[in-house]
Amino acid sequence: MTAKVITVTSGKGGVGKTTTVANLAVALAADGKRVVCIDGDIGLRNLDVVMGLENRIVYDVVDVIEGRCRLRQAMIRDKRLPELFLIPAAQTRDKNAVSPSDMVRLCDELRPEVDWVLIDSPAGIERGFRNSIAAADKILIVTNPEMSAVRDADRVIGLLEAEEKAAPSLILNRLNMNMVRRGDMLSVDDVYDLLRIEVIGIVPEDENVVVASNRGAPLAMEGKSVAGQAFRHIARRLNGEEVPFMNFESVSLWDRLSKMAWRK
Amino acid sequence: MNFFERLTGKKSANNAKERLQLVLIHDRTDLTPAALESLKDDLIAAISKHIDIDPSSVRIEVEHEGRAQRLIADIPLRVASRRRSG
Repeated sequence: MTAKVITVTSGKGGVGKTTTVANLAVALAADGKRVVCIDGDIGLRNLDVVMGLENRIVYDVVDVIEGRCRLRQAMIRDKRLPELFLIPAAQTRDKNAVSPSDMVRLCDELRPEVDWVLIDSPAGIERGFRNSIAAADKILIVTNPEMSAVRDADRVIGLLEAEEKAAPSLILNRLNMNMVRRGDMLSVDDVYDLLRIEVIGIVPEDENVVVASNRGAPLAMEGKSVAGQAFRHIARRLNGEEVPFMNFESVSLWDRLSKMAWRK
Repeated sequence: MNFFERLTGKKSANNAKERLQLVLIHDRTDLTPAALESLKDDLIAAISKHIDIDPSSVRIEVEHEGRAQRLIADIPLRVASRRRSG
């Protein structure tokens, strides 16, 4: 196995990086692939709770880097998907405990063992971001159809261009089609027009995302939610499959119909 | 339609897009509107030394093609009506 290392980043905080990593990881692992997620947000660990693995942490990524444990010991195996692992962030250290070359070494050690390494980058463009992109073969930028999120995404794209990294791809998260139709939210075309990088995923706003993180069971695990489905599609696109984008018009029509049915 | 929309006849998404277009140009090029204005003045001064132009009709702007930016200057030349004869 030679893993592909994917980093999920955004510039702005709160746009859905951790949700994206958890869901892509679950979708890829459910497809029988061996996946390791690394929480790159040292000091503000979160991927563990979104994945529902917070009670099983013994060692973290800084323990591995500083040689207090072997790599294997810091890899927490998921309860539901035996091929899915998490290397949690250290909670009581700061970002300077890790360097970009540490991350490259860590990923090189993981590459022969797994199919995918997914790195959850912290918000911002400082050390934690630099650490997270150091080993990346592919970078996914998550943004929301909103002024500050798009602006920050553009800034990050510019930084990656300056570093001469391979062109990143875009995930537009939390799209509200009702607002787009009303003319009160930037559309997919608007965001593409502004940022001009390949769009690899469009994820509609979905209340189930909060429910899933409450439960610690990422959406992409089960069938029904639109957001879960959108994440599964992104995972398939990462695998090189051509998956058409969902037709949100009909999704929302279905929503409306089912709501009408409710009322009766 | 809210009050602001009626006033401008514009949806808020259009507003966002137009504002972002300007903000991104400045973020990407590190060029403020004031810097662009001063560049324009220098350009007019330099060109006027050689050819006769109308400073008020000079336009200078940043255009983008994909993610690349380019500076476009539109400098109409005055008709050489005062060409010296003999």
